[in-house]
Order: sequence, then C-alpha cells, then structure tokens
Amino acid sequence: MSALLRLAGVFALLSFLAVGGGLSVLPEMKRLTVEDAHWLTGSQFVDFYSLGQMAPGPNMNMVLLIGLHAAGVAGAAVVWLAFFVPSSALALVAGRGWKRLSGWPWRESIRRGLAPVTIGLMTAGVISLARVALVDVRAVVLAALAGAVLLARDVNPVLVIAACGAAGWFVFG
Amino acid sequence: MSDAPAGRTRPSLGAIFSTFLVIGSVSFGGGMVAYLREMLVGRRRWVNDDEFLAALEIGQTLPGLNSTNVSILVGDQLRGVPGAVAAFLGVMLPGAVILLVVGMLYGVHGERPGVARVLDGAGAAAVALLAVVTVQLGRKQLAGVVDLALVLATVVAISGLRLPLLVVLGLLGPLAVWLYRPRRREA
Repeated sequence: MSALLRLAGVFALLSFLAVGGGLSVLPEMKRLTVEDAHWLTGSQFVDFYSLGQMAPGPNMNMVLLIGLHAAGVAGAAVVWLAFFVPSSALALVAGRGWKRLSGWPWRESIRRGLAPVTIGLMTAGVISLARVALVDVRAVVLAALAGAVLLARDVNPVLVIAACGAAGWFVFG
Repeated sequence: MSDAPAGRTRPSLGAIFSTFLVIGSVSFGGGMVAYLREMLVGRRRWVNDDEFLAALEIGQTLPGLNSTNVSILVGDQLRGVPGAVAAFLGVMLPGAVILLVVGMLYGVHGERPGVARVLDGAGAAAVALLAVVTVQLGRKQLAGVVDLALVLATVVAISGLRLPLLVVLGLLGPLAVWLYRPRRREA
C-alpha cells in the first residue's frame, strides 16, 4: 500500500510541474523514479520512453509502464491517474477562468517567459536519456543517423524508431 | 462552458468519445496537436481555428500535456465537464491499453538478449527524436539573448547542479515571466 502511495505522490507532483508539456518533466521523472526510488533502472526507463513513442496517443502514457513495473496493474493505474488527473482537472478549472482573462497582459508574459524554460527542461531531458542510451559508439552512430533522417525528411518518427530497433538487433549482437 | 455557438450542432457524448478515440488510435509518432486540429477543426468542424488556437494557448500555458489539455478544453466547450471527460478518455485510452499489454509482454520477455538489442536500437532513435523535437521547438520559439540565457540556466540547474525541478521552476519561472513582463506602451 505504501508503495502505491509513494508512486501516487511522485507522479502527482510531476503532473503539476509539467510546464509546457509532458516532456519537460522527463529528467525529474527519471531522477525520482530511477535514482531516488530505484523502482527501475536507467536502461528500463529509456526502454519505457521508447515504447511510449511507438504507441498512439499522448506519448507520456508511458508513465503507466513505470507503475506496472514497480507495482503491477494497480501500480500502472495509480501512476496513470496520478500523472494525468491533477493537471487535467486544473486545465478544466483554470481553462474556464483563463478565457475571462483575455485582456490580462500577464497571460502573454507567462506563455512567453515559460517557453525557454520548457526548451531548457527538454534539453536536460535529452542529456538525461543520452547518459543512459548513448554510452556505446554504435548507439551514438545510430542516434546520429536517426537524427539526420528526422531533420532532413518529414518521415513519421515511429518508422525511424522501428528501423533503429531492427538495426539494433544486428549491430548490438 | 457548454455554450456551443448557434448554427453549429452540439455533438453527443458518444460522438465526442468516439471521435477522440479515433484520434487517440491513429496518432502515431507524436505531433498530436496536428491530429487534433485536423479532426476537430477540419473534419468535424466542432470548433473553428481561432477557438482551437485559444485552447492550444491555454493548454500550453497550464501544466500537463498540450494534447491532453487541448482535448479537455475542447470537450468542455462542446459539452461541459462530461464532454471533457469523454474527450480525455477517448484520446488517452487506446495508447494506455496498448502500453499496458506491451508492458506485460516486456515483463516476461524484456530481458531476452534479442529484445534488449532491439530496444537499445529503438532507445538511441528515441533520444535522437527528443533532441530533434527540442531543436525544432527551440527554432520556432526562441529569439535573442534572454531566451538563450534562460535555456542555459535551466539546463545548468537541472543537469549540472541537479536541483529539484520544483526549486528550478520556483526560481526561474517567476524570473522568466518577469523578464517578459507587460511593458507600458508610451504614447
């Protein structure tokens, strides 16, 4: 029971800290779940993140994989609800108020000011995941190729991830 | 706020749920906002472009996923709180159910060497994807020295100093908003 409560506490906190989108809490999520709580390894965290990218819908559905791994189906449900319900309830309540603040000049200040902070958090997320996933020359080369393709062509990222998965079967053998 | 404009049909809860269920099922590869806009503004015409962009602006400013927040705000506009819940469940459930099944398979087969090799390859690409998305978003949203300083300060605080996110947001958030505070226009 206390394990479920701890999962709920960590993911409810992350829910409220997800400024500018779910990706901005990735580094904090990894630190709290991997380094502090040891619910999973860094390598498993990257696995879950990758699997989340391959599934349809919002990619942060992957949080339930952390709950599933830590505490079974109940853990998955607790984590999923804890991560999505608080911010969603806030969006519902604050969204209604926000519309009435259409002339309030600080609206634009908040949006504009938080944009670079969000980008910084996403950059920290890249660093955090790369520290685990790109420790091998082969992985670095694979990531560089994937990045080049994604930047150069308007290809669905799922295809690129799947192709790199297939390539991984050969090169990491 | 279920004030559907006159002349537009007010969709049923079932229609809201099934439409968002389709979006949640076919939106592979990120870019959820584009899928939402295509369906809600383009095909269903439940909201117009201005209403969608207003929901997106709010969804980006508030905590939480942009796509989830936009779904909730549009659902709320269409049919109040029940509409918001229907939209949320529709867009979330397909991916959640798939990942639950995938997670169970991972629990059984994740340690197999072949599976681990495939996931290592996929992980390298997933990191590259996150980097590319970050660069593309940065190109679109960042302008000037103040922005770059804020990005750098955030990265140093999180990756370098390893400060808790709550502390970083508590310090840098207000500072960033203040730096972009409303300026009084001189006549």
